[in-house]
Amino acid sequence: MELFNMIEGIRVDMTWFLILSALLLMIGVYGFLTRRNTLAILISIELILNAADINFAAFNRMLFPDGQEGYIFTLFSVAISAAETAIAIAVMINIYRNLKNNFVSNLDKLKW
Amino acid sequence: MNFLSLFVLIPLLMLAGLWLAKGQKGVRAVMVAGSSMLLALSIALTVQFIADRTGGQTAEMLYTANFVWFEPLNIHYSVGVDGISVAMLLLSGVIVFTGTFVSWDMCKEYFLWFTLLSMGVFGFFISVDMFMMFMFYEIALIPMYLLIGVWGSGKKEYSAMKLTLMLMGASAFLMLGIFGIFYGAGGNTMNIIDIANHTGGAQAISLSQQCIWFPLTFVGFGVLGAMFPFHTWSPDGHASAPTAVSMLHAGVLMKLGGYGCFRIAIYLLPEAANELSWIFLILTGTGVVYGALSACVQTDLKYLNAYSSVSHCGMVLFAILMLTTTASTGAILQMLSHGLMTALFFAVIGMIYHRAHTRDIRELNGLMRIIPFLSVSFAIAGLANLGLPGLSGFVAEMTIFVGSFQNADTFHRVLTIMATTSIVVAAVYILRMIGKILYGENTNAEHAKLHDAHWEERLAVIVLIFCIAGIGLAPSWLSHLIEGSVTPVIENVKTVGHLISQSNPFQ
Amino acid sequence: MDYTYTILILLLPFLSFLVLGLAGKWLSHRTAGLFGTSVLGIVTAMSYYTAFTYFTADRINDVFPTLVPYNFTWLPFFDGNLHFDLGIMLDPISVMMLIVISTVSLMVHIYSFGYMHGERGFQRYYAYLSLFTMSMLGLVVATNIFQMYMFWELVGVCSYLLIGFYYHLKPAVAASKKAFIVTRFADLGFLIGILIYGYYTGSFSFDFTNTAVYLNGAQPGVEEGFSKAIAGAGFILPTALFLMFIGGAGKSAMFPLHIWLPDAMEGPTPVSALIHAATMVVAGVFQVARMFPLWIQYAPETLHVVAWIGAFTAFYAAAVACAQSDIKRVLAFSTISQIAFMMVALGVCLPENGFTDNHASLGYMASMFHLFTHAMFKATLFLCAGCIIHAVHSNEMAYMGGMRKYMPITHITFLIACLAISGIPPFSGFFSKDEILVAAFEYSAVMGWIMAGIAGMTAFYMFRLYYGIFWGTENKEYHEKHVPHESPAVMTVPLIILTIITLTVGWCLPGSFGSYISATGTPYHIHLNWEVAGTSIAIALCAIVLATWMYARSTQPVADKLQATLPQLHKWAYHRFYLDEVYQFVTHRIIFAYVSRPIAWFDRHIIDGFFNFLAWGTHTLSYNIRTFQSGRIQQYALVFLWGVIVLLIILLIP
Repeated sequence: MELFNMIEGIRVDMTWFLILSALLLMIGVYGFLTRRNTLAILISIELILNAADINFAAFNRMLFPDGQEGYIFTLFSVAISAAETAIAIAVMINIYRNLKNNFVSNLDKLKW
Repeated sequence: MNFLSLFVLIPLLMLAGLWLAKGQKGVRAVMVAGSSMLLALSIALTVQFIADRTGGQTAEMLYTANFVWFEPLNIHYSVGVDGISVAMLLLSGVIVFTGTFVSWDMCKEYFLWFTLLSMGVFGFFISVDMFMMFMFYEIALIPMYLLIGVWGSGKKEYSAMKLTLMLMGASAFLMLGIFGIFYGAGGNTMNIIDIANHTGGAQAISLSQQCIWFPLTFVGFGVLGAMFPFHTWSPDGHASAPTAVSMLHAGVLMKLGGYGCFRIAIYLLPEAANELSWIFLILTGTGVVYGALSACVQTDLKYLNAYSSVSHCGMVLFAILMLTTTASTGAILQMLSHGLMTALFFAVIGMIYHRAHTRDIRELNGLMRIIPFLSVSFAIAGLANLGLPGLSGFVAEMTIFVGSFQNADTFHRVLTIMATTSIVVAAVYILRMIGKILYGENTNAEHAKLHDAHWEERLAVIVLIFCIAGIGLAPSWLSHLIEGSVTPVIENVKTVGHLISQSNPFQ
Repeated sequence: MDYTYTILILLLPFLSFLVLGLAGKWLSHRTAGLFGTSVLGIVTAMSYYTAFTYFTADRINDVFPTLVPYNFTWLPFFDGNLHFDLGIMLDPISVMMLIVISTVSLMVHIYSFGYMHGERGFQRYYAYLSLFTMSMLGLVVATNIFQMYMFWELVGVCSYLLIGFYYHLKPAVAASKKAFIVTRFADLGFLIGILIYGYYTGSFSFDFTNTAVYLNGAQPGVEEGFSKAIAGAGFILPTALFLMFIGGAGKSAMFPLHIWLPDAMEGPTPVSALIHAATMVVAGVFQVARMFPLWIQYAPETLHVVAWIGAFTAFYAAAVACAQSDIKRVLAFSTISQIAFMMVALGVCLPENGFTDNHASLGYMASMFHLFTHAMFKATLFLCAGCIIHAVHSNEMAYMGGMRKYMPITHITFLIACLAISGIPPFSGFFSKDEILVAAFEYSAVMGWIMAGIAGMTAFYMFRLYYGIFWGTENKEYHEKHVPHESPAVMTVPLIILTIITLTVGWCLPGSFGSYISATGTPYHIHLNWEVAGTSIAIALCAIVLATWMYARSTQPVADKLQATLPQLHKWAYHRFYLDEVYQFVTHRIIFAYVSRPIAWFDRHIIDGFFNFLAWGTHTLSYNIRTFQSGRIQQYALVFLWGVIVLLIILLIP
């Protein structure tokens, strides 16, 4: 509450958070659908997750100012995504070592 | 335990025995022991059956046994035999026995599938329950794919796939038909006798329903009986199959079709049989002539015999559809006769192929001087095929023609006369083949060195010739055996109005 | 009299066939031949004994009784009261046929011992002969039309096997195939005739008393029988009989189904004598004679059609015989012509006086008489031809000429047989042919004169053949290289025996032939009609003189000139008026090329194509929709996204 009051003249309400999160989501989805590099896809997935986290935090702040569950869930999600990223990057490095690139279109060895 | 179940049990034991058998000798020992037991059992059954019938046992099915198998659908393990099944079991016993000797050099896995196939065939003929019949039918079908696909010759994958797909397609029709009959009759019993006699909770199936299920079941079984125009699996399948499999297939498996048509389509759906038989009569009548004419210009021995089978098996279905006692008896006789003589034919063709490495009529000649035993057997098979008196073909064909002629209307007359022309065409293709490959001077130096049949081949061939001549010389007992069981079916058809078809435009 | 032993007449040859066929490989030629011949000797003795006891037994109502020592149901049919019986029936014509068949067969068995000496497959040859004899005997003693059909097919197969005896030679194989297929085609008519007959009369039996009951509708209580009878009496029965006759025409080589018989001469000559001259080829005549009571009663008009077919065949075959150079072919065409004579004789019978008049149905007796005499002298001719072929190793007349010096016995027997077939008294052919001419004149003068003319042609071509072989231009060059010699006794003795029968049978029989066999069964006394007999003798003598003038000398200017002036006619006659070519064209060009091949193509490409198309269609469809399952998560996500968007729009718009 103090933070908002410190920036005079700018009215920051719920809408801004939602717009930011929607933009992040769209950028993430766009990136996920169009990138061929697995690393870029991973970044896009992180963006989608971040969009969800922002929503969690924002809704918690607006709807249940006394509650902490939203923040806890956000932290939880950040931790999981960090772990997931670590595994994903490890897989990618291994793929890169084996195939010398990590484009999804090339990763079809298990398909047939 | 009912002794009919031995027909299924012995193949099962043979399978176990084959699994454990070591080396070619062990495999052969198991096969010979098992198939001899089956043959002996079928002969004993025949003798016992005739004795009991003359002893005054008049029940439609003898030696019945019945256990509930799957309660919710009322599926029973239900066995029993009548004259027709006894004849068919005898045929199967002979063919499996001789088939074992013909495939003497084959490996263990081959015999495993071969035995499984025999089990399906035997199981089919002892079943009284429609579902059980269907199940054994499927058991007999699947090994065929592997037997042809793995041990066949020529474009075997294509043939095996085609055969399996067409027969599977047919069994889809068949399953629909069977369930249709089951629910049409009230959904209480799968037992054929019960449905036919409206006992055991079965009720009469309405005509409109019958007219739906009849084509489904008839085509379903008809495909297996090489009914025109669903016969094309047969030439390819037979041509690619290994010898004993061709024998078993043409000799027994195709008989499943005729047997099923008679036992299920005609017996359980008598009104539809009267109403719709004309369509199938035209198809099968065409098939009889068509197969014979096609056979005239074939150059591959197996193709030739396969088309001849199309003609002869067409005659079976044709006779069944004539719906008279004599014609139907003739149909069953024709099944037996065709089974034996085609098996002989395929056996000898296989033996010649094995030696000469070709089946092309144009490349073989003058074999009579080189391999006299096989050549004479081949000629006998040919003569049986064209209906020489004293061999089985004559008996069956004459019974069919006399029986078909009992239908006095022009439609049936014309078709009968059309079918009789096939015996002339049969003479043309058989004599052409015999003249080309057996007679004349041998011109191929490779073939001059061929050796004649081994003892096991001789045994198989002699057993088959003995059966063919046996039926041909003394057909009366067989005819009576079959007639006793054909009569109830035909009576069933006749009581609902004989051959009165509203839909036949030719009548 | 107990005739149960007659079953042995059929069983013994069958046994002989089994023994020689199965064990022949291990028997020497000598043993096999002796075994076959002695079995047949026993059969012949039994046949003669049967004939003797049968014809000396008392008549009942002035008729020789029809005896059925054996009859059992071989194959039951379950509808229409029909059954396929096997049995033995003895009546005058079947007993007569027993004699004909066993005599000729025995002679051929003995003769073959010399003729086939040292041939490969000697045992097989005797096995076939035994099987043939069994089948032919079974045919004539048949108790019903179906049994006749069964043995009919069997003799057809024996004929096939024996024509193709030299199976390594192409023409023999082709001829055997042709013989079987042509007769088989004709048998189709026979079979359909049997089916019609059996359905409408409710019986296959030769006991026609029930037939009459059915046909006259005398059983009004039996509704079915009655309605069948109404249909049967009108045109069904003539149709059935005519269809059966087609079968007979095939076996007896009536025009236009005769084409197989000349080719059948590719078989060993004794076989031609037995099957294609004396026994099997007269099966058609025998069949018409067997059904004669029905023919004459229910289908006399159709019977006359048979007569005209016979007359045309007789003429055609005689004309062709005049131009052939292969001696066996001349004999073959002469056989066709003579069998046609028998058919004519049956065909000209008249249904007068309530079918009880032996004289109106004289042709029946004449036909059977001619069958008997013809079997003997034609067998003689063929066996003589066999001796000649054996001596010069060729069938062509060009290699012969002047043979009388080398083969005196053959010469004399051949001459006697020629005189017999030409109708010169006192040889047997004169008596039988004379009766046929009388019967033909009874029917119509036109038919009578036609047949008399053909009899003249017969004398002409037979003497042309005789002079061509035994007189005429001798092929000295060939004969010096290869001196012809008389055949051994084992071959000449059968000739002599047959010749003696030919010499005597016309006038030596106690009573006359008509007292044994006649249309109604009552004795019929043959009295020569000297008007007809004189005419026919005169015509025959003229023809013989003409043939002598043309062919007896060592050069033949007249014949050569005739051939030179009418080259086309000779060429056409020599090629048998190109009928074979027509058949060849029809079967190979039309049936094979325009029916079978298209059907086979249709099967492979249209019907099979349809199923292959189904398989192909399924495959292609699967192949195409498989891209939906690409495995690319991004693609799935895109689809998912669009799905969410579409769902959102649907949910939000209202």
